[in-house]
Amino acid sequence: MGKGIFTVKNLIKLAAVIAVYLIIMTVMEGNFATRHFKSLLVPIGINIILAVSLNITTGFLGELSLGHAGFMAIGAYSGALFTIFAENHTGIPNSLAFLIGIIIGGIVAALFGVVIGIPVLRLKGDYLAIVTLAFGEIVRSIVNFLSVTGGARGLSGIPRYTNYKWTYAFVIITIVLLANFVKSRYGRVISSIRDNSIAAESIGIKVSNYKIMAFVIAAFFAGVAGVLFGHNLSILKPGNFDYNKSIEILVIVVLGGMGSIPGSVISAIILTLLPEFLRGASNYRMLLYSLALILIMLFNSSEIRQRLEDSGKFPKLPKLPKLKARAR
Amino acid sequence: MKKVFKKVVSLGLLGTLTVASLAGCGTKNTGSTGSDGSDASGTGDGTFLIGGLGPLTGQAASYGISVKQGAEVAIQEINDAGGVKVGDQTLKLKLEFEDDEADADTVTAAYNTLMDKGIQALLGTVTSGAGLALADQTYADGILQITPSGSAKELTKNPNAFRLCFTDPLQGETMADYVINTLGLKKVAIVYNNADDYSTGVADAFESKIKELGGEVVAKEAFVTDAVDFNTQLTTIKGTDAQIIFAPVYYQDAAYITTQASELGMTLPFVGSDGWDGVLDKVVDKKVLEGAVFLSPFFAADPDTAVQAFVTKYKEKYNTSPDQFAADGYDTVYVIKAALEKAGKTDSADLIEAMTHIEVKGLTGTVTFDTNGEPNKGAKFIEIKNGEYTAKTVQ
Repeated sequence: MGKGIFTVKNLIKLAAVIAVYLIIMTVMEGNFATRHFKSLLVPIGINIILAVSLNITTGFLGELSLGHAGFMAIGAYSGALFTIFAENHTGIPNSLAFLIGIIIGGIVAALFGVVIGIPVLRLKGDYLAIVTLAFGEIVRSIVNFLSVTGGARGLSGIPRYTNYKWTYAFVIITIVLLANFVKSRYGRVISSIRDNSIAAESIGIKVSNYKIMAFVIAAFFAGVAGVLFGHNLSILKPGNFDYNKSIEILVIVVLGGMGSIPGSVISAIILTLLPEFLRGASNYRMLLYSLALILIMLFNSSEIRQRLEDSGKFPKLPKLPKLKARAR
Repeated sequence: MKKVFKKVVSLGLLGTLTVASLAGCGTKNTGSTGSDGSDASGTGDGTFLIGGLGPLTGQAASYGISVKQGAEVAIQEINDAGGVKVGDQTLKLKLEFEDDEADADTVTAAYNTLMDKGIQALLGTVTSGAGLALADQTYADGILQITPSGSAKELTKNPNAFRLCFTDPLQGETMADYVINTLGLKKVAIVYNNADDYSTGVADAFESKIKELGGEVVAKEAFVTDAVDFNTQLTTIKGTDAQIIFAPVYYQDAAYITTQASELGMTLPFVGSDGWDGVLDKVVDKKVLEGAVFLSPFFAADPDTAVQAFVTKYKEKYNTSPDQFAADGYDTVYVIKAALEKAGKTDSADLIEAMTHIEVKGLTGTVTFDTNGEPNKGAKFIEIKNGEYTAKTVQ
């Protein structure tokens, strides 16, 4: 038997989770924050889930995936279709329907993760990246033509169930599950494939099985984030899930540091808040935002950061081999 | 060591969040009083604050910028003339316009920014997609919302929401009526963008109205956004006995379609929707557009004095010609002004009540509003003659 899960360390973490929740609740329920700020909490949470889950494929498995928005779309639409159905045709209480909707969204996205994963994960590097990009676009185009999804006009009338409580709960669940996953036996196998897939194969690891596992897990949480997203906006349009969305998530992951879950969380918070806090700059807003991105990226790979890390003034990122084309 | 710094960073982050929320608090206390609508809002400094929402960046930016500039011209005009007489006081109008990137995701944050600033009426959203995500939120706040150019039907489902422009279905029906009853043609072909809600909305309504009026749709050909080659669709249509082609598309697509149709030797007449506005600048040879008729709420070359005054002012201020979106923005401000005068109060509930009792003579026609939030106004048909837009009188 191990130490069990009730170690002092874990209890402290639990206390921290509850404390943060209490702070958020006070801010949300009380009159301490502007409406503008309050409305940003849910998008922040959704971006955290998306970034942390993409980090599994991009950071830990080391494969560039440009189709994350596709999984998100699948989850969003399937979850929303279920809750719309549940609201109109069944007597399931709203919160239960939403919970089931979230799980359905995750599972359907995960199923597509398997379907796309089996043929695709024989590829590596830039080949894989392009196939995932194509996958995302295929999802978007299909959603565009199906009548059940409302086509180009979008799926409207989705009940607005998402609030900060749901989002917070799922952010915590995602982080806890995925942080434990990467530390588990499977997680280490996945990291070993990233570091050297030939060596991993030589010691008997079935590389494609583990790749699919990473892909499916990432897809599941992308689907969950999609359901939360859809029930926050109350309308879903195929245009929400184009490749720009995938790139946006990838930017969060890269900026936070590939293979770093806390990095993804912090970076998701910063990158969601940044364009909103720049509203004061009106016309220059998106320009400043892009500039900030460039500066942060430059800083991240600069010597200054290296020195800060060495002197211990800055949290170290796990040292990773850079994403590169390893397909040859 | 590493863990300590992780903690420091997370504490710092928490600190930032707290500071951010507290900093917000300071501005909120002044702003939110008006937005609650519970007190005598806006009386303090004699202004009435209108919030605007539309895309100022991204692909749809030109629409948002036009609406904003049109609204600014109207506001300057009204303020120069002394302001709006509301009950026994005179108010100046002020516009706060926020960028929603035409995105359902961003619009909530943008709207809440405006509510923090204490807006008393909402001019927006410019695009349908963003507006649909916002409809229930503005209803919950009970604020008067007028969309200058959002044409999706569900935008006005709540009693607080009104629309200045035509809906997509109404455009389709008007054009179907024109084709069958005015031109007397029976067999039509449709080219539309099935990845675009505006195009599909107009095309579907057109098709069902044509059938209702006894006509026949002999071909309905689809393309997707960013298509540049329409030869397949046009060749199919050429093989049918269609008498006219209806293309509810944006001007860039319209330019490609008409040019390629002419290259294929097709002489069928074209009819279009309001997305055609601006098509003349996009074609190389203006002859391909000769005789095409489309709907537009606004016509910059209209000899009407009000229109010409607006065009002159707009050109002076922004150095460019106003389009229909600018006119929509301009008219919406005048609608809000009329509602204020009629209600004699600035509370949203009174303004919403007044909306159905006003009649505004705007640049896009004389408009009244029904209880569903829809406008009643005449359509303007525009015909392209000798390479120029000309107003066409129908019936």
